[in-house]
Amino acid sequence: MIELTDLTKRYGDKTAVDHLTVTVRSGTVTGFLGPNGSGKSTTLRLILGLNAPSSGAVTVDGHPFTDRPRGLRHVGALLDAQDIHGGRSAVAHLKSLAVSNRIPLRRVGEVLEEVGLAEAGRKRIGGYSLGMKQRLGIAGALLGDPPVLLFDEPLNGLDPEGVRWVREMFQRLAKEGRTVFVSSHLMSEMEHTAERLVVIGRGHLIADETLSEFSRRGSQATVLVRTPEAAALAAILTAEGADVQPAAADSAADDDADADGDAGGLAVVGLPAPKIGELAWRNNIMLAELATQNASLEKAFMELTADAVEYAAGEAR
Amino acid sequence: MSTMTTTAVSKTSVPLPNEPKPRFRDLCRMEWIKVASLRSTWLVLLVAAAATVFINLNGVRSDIQYLDNDLAHPTQVLPDGTVWHFVYNPLFRSLSRIAVQLMMLGGAAIGALTMFGEFSTGQVRTTFAAVPKRGGVVAAKITVLCTITTVLAFVVALVSFLGGQAMVASRHVGLSITDPDAQIAIAAYTLVVPVCALIGMLFGALIRNATASIVAVVAFLFLLPAFFGGDKYRWVVEVRHLFPDDAEQTLAFWHKDPYQTMGKWPAGHTHAWLVYAGWAVISIVVAMVVVKKRDA
Ligand SMILES: Nc1ncnc2c1ncn2[C@@H]1O[C@H](COP(=O)(O)OP(=O)(O)OP(=O)(O)O)[C@@H](O)[C@H]1O
Ligand SMILES: [Mg+2]
Repeated sequence: MIELTDLTKRYGDKTAVDHLTVTVRSGTVTGFLGPNGSGKSTTLRLILGLNAPSSGAVTVDGHPFTDRPRGLRHVGALLDAQDIHGGRSAVAHLKSLAVSNRIPLRRVGEVLEEVGLAEAGRKRIGGYSLGMKQRLGIAGALLGDPPVLLFDEPLNGLDPEGVRWVREMFQRLAKEGRTVFVSSHLMSEMEHTAERLVVIGRGHLIADETLSEFSRRGSQATVLVRTPEAAALAAILTAEGADVQPAAADSAADDDADADGDAGGLAVVGLPAPKIGELAWRNNIMLAELATQNASLEKAFMELTADAVEYAAGEAR
Repeated sequence: MSTMTTTAVSKTSVPLPNEPKPRFRDLCRMEWIKVASLRSTWLVLLVAAAATVFINLNGVRSDIQYLDNDLAHPTQVLPDGTVWHFVYNPLFRSLSRIAVQLMMLGGAAIGALTMFGEFSTGQVRTTFAAVPKRGGVVAAKITVLCTITTVLAFVVALVSFLGGQAMVASRHVGLSITDPDAQIAIAAYTLVVPVCALIGMLFGALIRNATASIVAVVAFLFLLPAFFGGDKYRWVVEVRHLFPDDAEQTLAFWHKDPYQTMGKWPAGHTHAWLVYAGWAVISIVVAMVVVKKRDA
C-alpha cells in the first residue's frame, strides 16, 4: 500500500505535484494517468525518496521508504529504462544490486530468464534496444520479490508480444497480493492493464476510482455521421450549436465505423442522433450512416485532463 | 536523514521480519562490482600506472648517460669561480613530479567517474532505490575508491623507486628503502593519489556531468596553482602550499643536495600532511552532504 498525504513538490516556482492525497491499494493494478508533464514521474520519485517533497508525506506499507536501509525487498521500481550505466553488462548490473541487498545471486539468473534476457545478459547494456532496457529495468524491479512495484511508462519500446507479457505479469503480481502502480500518458495502454485509475493533471488529483467508474465520466457522447454532403451538413449542425469535427479514423472508439471510405465522416458533439437525422432530412441531405458512440475511456481521460489544464491556467491568471 | 539518533526514539530502520541484517560490506561489494565491471576504470588506471612507471624509469635511464661522467669529475670550477660538487638526487627521476601528476590525474578522473558515472546516466536513481540510505552508498564508494587508488599508487611508487635505485645501484648513488627520506617520499607519492581521487569525487558529486567534472578537477589541481607562482608575496606562496601537488613536492624534496632549495617560505612536512588530510576530509564531508541533500 502506498499512501500520499498532501504531497507537494515545487521546482522553483513550478509546482510539479500539487497537494496530492491518494492511497494506492494492494492486490490490484493501479494505473497512474496524466498528460505529459502532469507530474507522474515526479510523484514516483517522491515515493522512492529520490526527490524530497516540498511538503506533505508519502509512506510505503506504513513507513517512509527512505527509512529502509535496503530497498529492493520493499519496493521494486522501474522509473526510466535509461537510468542505468551503459558500460556494464546486465549480469554485472543486477549482481551489484543483489549483493547490496543480500539477495541470493541465483535471483539474477532467474529474473533475467523471466524477462527474456538470459541470452543477452553478458552483453553491454549500452548496446541494448529500448525494449531490452525496459525488460532489464523490470528484471531489476523483480529482483527482491517486493510487495510493492512501481513502473513508469513500462510499455514504452515493447513489441506487442512484450506488451501482452507485461500486462499478464502485472495482473499476476497483483493477484499475489502486491501493490502494482503503473504510470502512462496513454489511456489505451491502461485500458487492458489496470483495474483502478489515479488520474492527475498539472499535479492535481482528478480521479481516483475504478476503471468502470471512470469510463462513465466521459460526459457527452459523440455521434458519427457519414454523408456525401459533409460540408453542408457540418455548416447546418454548427449553426445549431454542435461541435463538429472531421471523424478521426484513429480514435479508439470508432473501430466499428471506419468501414466505407467515400462518404465524409463527421464527429458531432452536442446534438443527439435523432436531432441530427431530422436536420439532415429537412435539408435534403442524404445520410450514409448515423451512429452514437459510447463515451470511451480515452475520451473521458481527454476531457477530464483538458478541463484540469484549463482550470489551472485560469487560476494562474 | 537523521542517522545520528541512537536512542529508541529513532525509527529510522524498519527491516522486514525475515530480512537479512544490512551490512556495510555488502555496499562495498556493490561498489566494487560497479567499478570492476567498467572497462574505462581499468583503462584509465592501468594507462596512468604504466605511463608513470615508464616515465620514471626512463628518466633514470637518461640520467645514467651523464652519471658516469659526473661521478668521474665530481668537482668542477664554474666560470665565475665557484666550486661545485656533484650530488646525485636519487628521487628526482625515480619519483618524478611529472609522473606523479599523471597518477594524480588518473586518480582524480576515477574519483570523478564514481560520481558522474552515477548522476549523468541516471544510474543513481536505480542505486538509491536499492539502497535508500545514501550515506552508506557514499561511504562505500569512498572505501572502494581509496583502496583501489592507494594500492595501485603504492605499487607504482614502489616499482618506480626500487627500479630506479636498482638501475643506479652499481654506481653506489642509490637510496635504500629503509632510508626515512625514501619512505616519506614513497608515502607522499602514494597518498597524493587517493587524495586527488577524493577531490575528483567531490567535483563529480557537485557537477554531475562527465566532461565538466573532469575539466573542473584538472583546472583545480593543475591550473589554479599556476596562478600562485613566484615568491614575491608571502601570502601567494602560502596559498600555493595549500594544493596537493605542492604538498607532494614538499614531502618528496631531497634535502641532501645543498644546491637545491625549496624557495622562499617553504612549507614543513606536518603542513604538507595536513594539506593531504584537509582535502580528504573536505572532499568526503562536502560530497556526503551534497549527495544526501540534493534530489537524485
Ligand atoms: N528536476 C526538475 N527540475 C525542474 N522541473 C522539473 C524537474 N522534474 C520535473 N519537472 C517539471 O515538473 C513537471 C512534471 O514533470 P514529470 O516528469 O513528473 O511529468 P510526467 O507526468 O512524468 O510527464 P511525462 O508523461 O511526459 O513523462 C514538468 O513540468 C517538468 O518540467
Ligand atoms: Mg514521466
